[in-house]
Formats: sequence, structure tokens, C-alpha cells
Amino acid sequence: MHEWALAEATITSASQIAEKEGLKEVTEVTLKIGELQQIELEIFEFALSQIRSSRLRNAKFVIETAKAEFGCRVCGCRWGFPKKELDEEERESIHFVPEVAHAYIKCPKCGSPDFDILQGRGVWIESIRGVK
Amino acid sequence: MVDPRISIIEDRLKRVRNIIAVSSGKGGVGKSIIASTLALILARKGYKVGLFDLDFTSPSTHIILGVGRIYPEESEGIIPPEVHGLRYMSIVYYSHEHALPLRGAGISNVLIELLAVTKWNTLDFLIIDMPPGISDTTLDILRYVKRSGFLVVTTSSPLAFESVRKLIEVLSELKTPIIGVIENMKMKESQLIQQRTKEKGIKFWGDTPFDDHLEEIMGDANRLLETKFGKKLRELVEKNL
Repeated sequence: MHEWALAEATITSASQIAEKEGLKEVTEVTLKIGELQQIELEIFEFALSQIRSSRLRNAKFVIETAKAEFGCRVCGCRWGFPKKELDEEERESIHFVPEVAHAYIKCPKCGSPDFDILQGRGVWIESIRGVK
Repeated sequence: MVDPRISIIEDRLKRVRNIIAVSSGKGGVGKSIIASTLALILARKGYKVGLFDLDFTSPSTHIILGVGRIYPEESEGIIPPEVHGLRYMSIVYYSHEHALPLRGAGISNVLIELLAVTKWNTLDFLIIDMPPGISDTTLDILRYVKRSGFLVVTTSSPLAFESVRKLIEVLSELKTPIIGVIENMKMKESQLIQQRTKEKGIKFWGDTPFDDHLEEIMGDANRLLETKFGKKLRELVEKNL
């Protein structure tokens, strides 16, 4: 997913949670970003700083990366993101839509494209701290 | 844990006035060609139109329209490029010519990702080419794009209509607007589909003929509009929309 869209989604979602939880000010947001998103942290953090809402103006963003893991449905093999085996266009496509990994990656043991992305895709707000 | 993508979907579509999901219970009834031609007809009438291909495992609107190798622009999100006067979005920008085998969870993730990232801006109509059936994509569109009106496509075959009937049943139960039914690839005179549609209390838009010239002009949007099929669909749009 694009860094700016991701930042916008993060701010919107964090603001909604803060409102629901009755937080006047958010002090810390812990985010988990999957390795497949291949986010450029510098751009993402800049985007966050540009669009943060008033409730989040002093919030600290703690960003953790979750390693990708694939699991083959056919032979049970588990493996990580073979980034070096992909060309730039393929990596870029996975950055925008991680599920297109199914077009470019096969099970290293049996060659099947029928695998699950067990972890390492998407972005999740793990926790929000703030002042009520 | 909260998936932040869902929170911006509504915002991404807020300047889209009408959303039409071209759908069917059955594959092979001509949804993609109807969705593509409908979008072209509306664009030629001067409306601002987007076409969104949601058939991730078998996308085909890019072939119908002859899209070629173009890519969306990145600007704080993804801006769909303009093709024949339409803003056009498809998974093929990312899967290219490769097969994309996806299970249900993957399909849902792609849908949410594209809904969250695509900046349609102001549109009069967003036409969605839906995959066949009533599984993941249909259920997700009903969940995340609540303003969609469904245009249901069938052929004259009672077999096709039986699947369509089930789709209509689900949409009706969920109180989703069904803007009409089109009987596509009609080859001989029969009132059966029209009758059955009307029995359901749904508007029958009319029929579009089986046109054996369509295969020859795949990829040529201008000629598509001039076919027997294209002209008839235009009449149906002018009469019903």
C-alpha cells in the first residue's frame, strides 16, 4: 500500500479509536507493518507528520515490522519473503498489493502457487495510549 | 488489533455520485463487456465515469478496452489513469500478464487494499465489473460499499437465470438496490426472463443481442460502441438510467 494512503488510513483509524475510547489526547500509537508492504519509513513518517489530526498532534508513533512468512497448502513448507529473487517491478507490485505475491512467488519445495501469507502483510494498530 | 484501511474506504468514495455493480450469479454471461460498454456509453454522454475491474482472478476489461501497458499515477494514493475517457482501475497494473490464484481471504485483502488506496476523485458513475457468484467479492462490496446499486446480467438460459435468482434473493434479503436485469446474448424471441424478472418485482431493462462480431473488435472501444450490441445497450441505458 502506498505510504501516504497508509498514513491517512492510520490517522483516520487512530482518531476513530481515540474518540471511541474517550481519549482527549493520544500520546502513543503502536503500529505493526508487514514486511511485504515494503514501506519506506522516512516517507511514511513524513506523511504521518503532515496529516495528523489535532487529537494526535503530540502522539509518538512506534512502528514495528512483522517478518513475512508463507505456508504452502500443498506440502506444508514454510518460508520467508524471497525479496532478492524478485525484480524491481515485481517487488513494487507486491508493495502496492501484497496478495500479488501469488503471481510472482511459488513454494520453494513443490512449486505450488497455493500458499497462505501467514504473516507479514498489512498494517495493524496494535495499541493506542492517551489521556482521558 | 484494528485494520486502518477500512476507515478510509468511505472517504475515498464520497465524491462518487452513483455506484453500479454489474453482477451475475453465473460466469460467462457477458458482465465484463456490459460493464465496459456501459462505462463507455456514459462517458460519451459527458459524465465523469470510473471503471473498476474487481474480477481479480480473471480480469478482462483491460482486454475489452485495449488498455495496453499503462500505470496509475502515485500522488498521496493511487490515481487511476484515463482510458478512452474513463478512469480505469484493475489488478492487472500489479499482476500484469501473470495468473493470480487467490483464496477468499486474499480476495478480500486485495479488495480492501484497492478500495482504500484508489483516489477516484469526483465521478458521476463508478461502474464495477464484479466476478460471478455470491462469494467473497460480492459480500465484501455489500459490506464496504453500501451505496452500490446492482445491475444484474443473465442470458436467456433458465440455467443462468437460476443462479441470477439466487443472487437477487441475497441482494433482496440485504435490502440492496437492484437497478435492473439485462438479458444478454439473446438469440431468439422469448418472454421468459422478462416475466421471471418482473415476478420478482425488479425492473427488466431489456435485452442485448448475441453479436458474433464482438470477438473481432476486442480491444477497440470505438468500434465496440458501433456494434449491434453496443447500440442496443445504449438504447437500454437511455431508457432505464
